[in-house]
Amino acid sequence: MTAYREVRVRTPLILKILPVVSIAAFFCLWEFVVRSGIVPETMLAAPSTVAELFLVKLRETDPDGALLQQHAWVSIQEAFTGYFLSLAVGIPLGLAMGWFVVAEGLARPVFEIIRPIPPVAWIPLTIFWFGIGLPGKIFIIWLGGLVPCVINAYVGVKMTNPTLIQMARTYGASDWQIFRQLCVPSSLPMVFGALQIALACCWTNLVAAELLAADMGLGFMITMGRRLAMPEMVVLGMVMVGLTGAVIGIVIDRVEKKLLAGIRR
Amino acid sequence: MAPHSSDAPVKIACAHVSKTFIQKGKQEVPVLDDVSLEVHENEFLVILGPGQCGKSTLLRIIAGLETPSTGSVTLKDKDGMAREVQGPGSDRGLVFQGYMLFPWKTVQGNVEMGPRLRGLPAAECRALARHYIDMVGLTGFEGHYPHQLSGGMKQRVGIARVYANSPEVMLLDEPFGQLDAQTRIFMEQETARIWQAEKRTVIFVTNNIDEALYLGDRIVAMEGKLPGRVQTVYEVDLPRPRDFTDMEFLRLRQQIIDASRLTL
Repeated sequence: MTAYREVRVRTPLILKILPVVSIAAFFCLWEFVVRSGIVPETMLAAPSTVAELFLVKLRETDPDGALLQQHAWVSIQEAFTGYFLSLAVGIPLGLAMGWFVVAEGLARPVFEIIRPIPPVAWIPLTIFWFGIGLPGKIFIIWLGGLVPCVINAYVGVKMTNPTLIQMARTYGASDWQIFRQLCVPSSLPMVFGALQIALACCWTNLVAAELLAADMGLGFMITMGRRLAMPEMVVLGMVMVGLTGAVIGIVIDRVEKKLLAGIRR
Repeated sequence: MAPHSSDAPVKIACAHVSKTFIQKGKQEVPVLDDVSLEVHENEFLVILGPGQCGKSTLLRIIAGLETPSTGSVTLKDKDGMAREVQGPGSDRGLVFQGYMLFPWKTVQGNVEMGPRLRGLPAAECRALARHYIDMVGLTGFEGHYPHQLSGGMKQRVGIARVYANSPEVMLLDEPFGQLDAQTRIFMEQETARIWQAEKRTVIFVTNNIDEALYLGDRIVAMEGKLPGRVQTVYEVDLPRPRDFTDMEFLRLRQQIIDASRLTL
C-alpha cells in the first residue's frame, strides 16, 4: 500500500531573514541621514529621538496637553463611535436600496451626489455646526464609513442569484420574505467586506478631522508637533496612527473570519 | 392498473399560448406559437424536445415566471374552480435544472422552506420535511449543507422541497440535465417510485427520449425549432415500473425518433 506523505516546503532561511534586514536597514538609514546632518533635525527626527519621546509621552502631558495614551484613546473612541454609526445606518440603507425600488429611487440620487465629496471637505461646515468637539469629528468619520457600507450592501443584494429569487417566488414568498431570507444572507460576504473597508475609511478620515478640528487625539498631536516645531512629535503621531490602525485592522479581520466561518461552513 | 389518465378531470391547461421575446429593443423572436395542452389530475406529462424549442419557456409561463404574449394558462384549484394563472405562486412548484438550493441552509432547512414561508407551525414544518426527506431517501442527511451533497442528492432535495410545499401541480425543468448518465437513470427510477408513492400532477420537461418514455403517462413532443409548436402527443400505456429494453418501449422510442427525425 502506498501512503501519501505530506510534502512540506520549507521557506528558505534567506526569505525569513530578508524582511528583518530590510526593516533594520530602513531604520539605520533613517537614523544615519538625521544624525549625519544630511537632513536637518528641524525637518525630520531620528528614530531614536522618536523612541525617546514615546517613553516621555507615556508619562508627561507637556507640551501638547495630554498623554500619548490619552490621545490614542480619544482617537479610538471617536473612530469606533463613527464606525459603528456608519455601519448602523449604511448597511440597512444599502440593503434596502438594493432590493426595494422605492428606497433605491429615493436614496440613490442623493447618495450619488454626496458620494464623490471627500468627507474632509465637510470639515469647515461641521466646525460651523458642532465646533471642534467630538460630534463634528464623529460626523466626518461617520460620513467616511457610510459610503463603503452603502455601496457594499447595495451591490451584495444586487448580486443575489436571480434564479434563487425566482425559485422563492414560485414558493409564494413575499417581497419582504425574499429580502429577509434570501437577499440579506446572500449579501453577507459583501457586507463583511464593508466592515474592513469602512474601518479603513473611518481611521483615515479621523486623522484628517483631528488635524483640522480637535483638542485631543493622535491627529491633534501631529498638528501640535508642527506648531511646536517638534518633528519627533509629528513622526511619533504618524507611527501611532499606523500601528493603532494596523492592530484594529487585524482584530476586525479575525472577527470577520470567525463570523464568516460560522455562516458559510 | 390505474385508470387511464385521460379519464381524470383536467387539472391545468394551456390555451393557445404564444410567446415572443423582444431582443435588443427591436428584433422579435417568436419562441412559442399557439401551444395548447391539457394535463389531467395526477397525470405525469412529459414535454419532450431538443434544446432551443421553447419547452422551458412554456414551463416558465406555466410557473408564472413569464407572461404569455397571447393565450392563457388555467389551473383548477382545490375547490375545483378553474382560474387563470397570474404570476408565480405556491400552487405550482418548480424544480430547477440548477438545483437552486439555499447554500446556507441544511437539507432540512431547504425542504422546510415552503411550509415555513406559508407560516405553518415549526413542528409541522419539521415533520413535513422529515417525511419527504425520507421519501426521497435522504434520511441521515438532514443536517448536511448543499455543498456536501452530490448532484443527484441535491436534486432529491429539490424534489423533496417541492413535495413538502404540496403544490397543485409540480413542474420539473430538465431536473436531471446536469447529472451523469448512470445517476440520471437511477434518479429516473427514483422519480417514478416517488411519484407512484404520492401521486401528483406533474409536468416534466426533458430533451431525453428514454427519460420521457420511462416517466410519462403522455409525451408532448415539440417541434425541434423556434417557434415551438406541439408536434405529436404520444400515449405511453406501459405498465410501471418500466423496462428500458421492453419491446413496446423500444418500438415507441423508434417511433418518436423517426417522427422527430433525430439521429442518435
